[in-house]
Amino acid sequence: MTTSVAAAVPSGRFRMAAIARWETLLVLLLAGLVVEGTRVSPYFLTGQNFANLVSAVMEIAIIALPMTLIVITADIDLSVESMVGMAGAILGWLMVAGLPVPIGIPVVLLIGALGGLLNGVLVTRAGIPALVVTLGTLALFRGVANIVLGPTVISVWPDWFTEFGFGTIAGSPIPYTLVVFAVLGVIFWAVTHATWIGRQVFAIGKNKDAARYSGVRVQRIRTWLFVLCGLISALAGILLAARFSSARNDNGTGMTLTVVTVVVLGGVDINGGKGTIPGVILAAFTLAVLQNVLRLAGVSGEYQGIAVGLLLIVSVTVPYLARQSRVLIDRVRDGRRPPAGSAAPGEVVS
Amino acid sequence: MAVDTLRRAQLPGVAGRALNAIGRSRELTLVAVMVVLGLLVTLGAPQFLSPSNLGQVTALAAVIAIAAVGEAIVVMTRNIDLSLESTMGLTAFLVGDILQHAYLPVPAAWLVGLGAGLALGMFNGAITTLFRIPSIVVTLGTLSIYRGLVFIIAGGKQINLVDLPSGYSNAATDTILGIPMFVLVAVVIVVVVALMLRTTRFGRQIYAVGSNAEAASILGIRSRWVVFWVFALAGLLAGIAGVMWGIYFGTIYATSGSGIVLQIVAAVVVGGVSISGGSGTVVGAALGALFLALINNALLLLVLPQEVLQAIYGAVILVAVSADALISRRQRRLAAQGARQ
Repeated sequence: MTTSVAAAVPSGRFRMAAIARWETLLVLLLAGLVVEGTRVSPYFLTGQNFANLVSAVMEIAIIALPMTLIVITADIDLSVESMVGMAGAILGWLMVAGLPVPIGIPVVLLIGALGGLLNGVLVTRAGIPALVVTLGTLALFRGVANIVLGPTVISVWPDWFTEFGFGTIAGSPIPYTLVVFAVLGVIFWAVTHATWIGRQVFAIGKNKDAARYSGVRVQRIRTWLFVLCGLISALAGILLAARFSSARNDNGTGMTLTVVTVVVLGGVDINGGKGTIPGVILAAFTLAVLQNVLRLAGVSGEYQGIAVGLLLIVSVTVPYLARQSRVLIDRVRDGRRPPAGSAAPGEVVS
Repeated sequence: MAVDTLRRAQLPGVAGRALNAIGRSRELTLVAVMVVLGLLVTLGAPQFLSPSNLGQVTALAAVIAIAAVGEAIVVMTRNIDLSLESTMGLTAFLVGDILQHAYLPVPAAWLVGLGAGLALGMFNGAITTLFRIPSIVVTLGTLSIYRGLVFIIAGGKQINLVDLPSGYSNAATDTILGIPMFVLVAVVIVVVVALMLRTTRFGRQIYAVGSNAEAASILGIRSRWVVFWVFALAGLLAGIAGVMWGIYFGTIYATSGSGIVLQIVAAVVVGGVSISGGSGTVVGAALGALFLALINNALLLLVLPQEVLQAIYGAVILVAVSADALISRRQRRLAAQGARQ
């Protein structure tokens, strides 16, 4: 009995330490990239470059916030990139049809929420795995964008709209989209780590049945998370259309993978139950700086996929190796025989 | 509802029994739907049944089907491989590149392609099993890495049919006894893998690992080895699909095959392979690929605007999986009732 209590305390502390370490690691990685960036190009530390590198990933970073919560509940939403395309397409279509953009925006956000609701209902009521449902809506939402726009590109937008997409706050290098992300980031941070909602989300991801028996409305929360993800993806779609000042039927294609990469790089366990919002925010900026440094170093966009993919795999391999070596060290310290093949150090320490 | 099903189960006569059999097997359901669909489409567009149309559709469906067979066995072990499209793209480009410089004769180049597919699959399997990383994360990473490798090999160029050996693309339209060669290749592969799943120890281990990895390891199955070889096999099959893709199109870009993984996974899911592992057949996955290809072709022939295709495609996937979920829920309820009586 005493041993199990004694074992429980350090393991709890160890988990906190591991999370802290993960974010420290990201900060170090980010710092290293910044140093490398200044070495590669004198242009790196300019305000203009900061604005560029940040706004290049803002839509991805914004979607990564609700995606984090969905992944923590052990679901996934692959349809976000098509929602991005559909939102821009519908907004442009409504504008051409005569609806002013300020009225079009809430309409599009509502459509985003409804699309998310479709995902949520199919996942929770019909009981189909989220991967399969959102694979279907990935095609469906993109299809709607195709139907609405066809091959037309809508590139004439009100000035204030495009200004919001790639402009910066007067006299500073801070893009408006960064402000949107900052506000959302703070809200998600607070709700996830300091409220009952966040606690229930983690509970669902750790063990759905246990959560249900403790009174968590599992299906309702999962559904709402999909609605939220649809809504925020639609918002990101509007921002993307504003930044490129164009709505095309293929806006956002390929974005889902990057969003999931950011979430995983941020230390969120793809099997659910673990993850932090600060980690994901750090991961988004790490990705932004990495892409920027590679571009400044003359690596073309096509090859950057290799770097991002390697970063993803290494980022999940390192914690595993750390955990394994930790287990080994603990065993050695407890004086138990280490697994075959690494017998020698055990005797030395104990 | 349950009573309904029970009554139908007792329907006398051949028709009733046939309907029951069709409802029970996902493969037969798909075939039945395809036959009905084919008849309806032929009424609206007679050219649907022309040998040249069917040949073209089934040849490309065969390529997707081969990749879907690989994906299916991965999904059966409760994993997923998102990188197969990049593996296909890489092998297609690699083989094309070797042939346009005439480094190797055609058969040797194909072997290199298959070897490359196998190696990429083994890499996925090794990372997944060695470091116990969820396969969705690993293959998400290798999806971009392998695609990046294609860009490196391509160096901004593309491969044109005129640079390949003369008649290289003929195999895509060649037929034997009226059946496209590609379809025959796919059928052989489906039969071989299906037999492997049914009759070999490795095949049964695949299902065992997918339905309950813990129980499987208690039974002495080395789950990680099984998963490793399944990924390797999927890579090999994607390599074959990639070589055929190159033959089919002749012109190969660095981006060839991008986005195809969606179709591959959709074929597997529509084919009745459960995404939570442990069940399904490769015949189903191959039929799923054929079904999706026929729908695509039917919509095109019925002169529906091109833009509508993808939306219908998505809707079909959702309807197929929803129907599946509802049917299996009803079956469970029936089974529970039966147990109570």
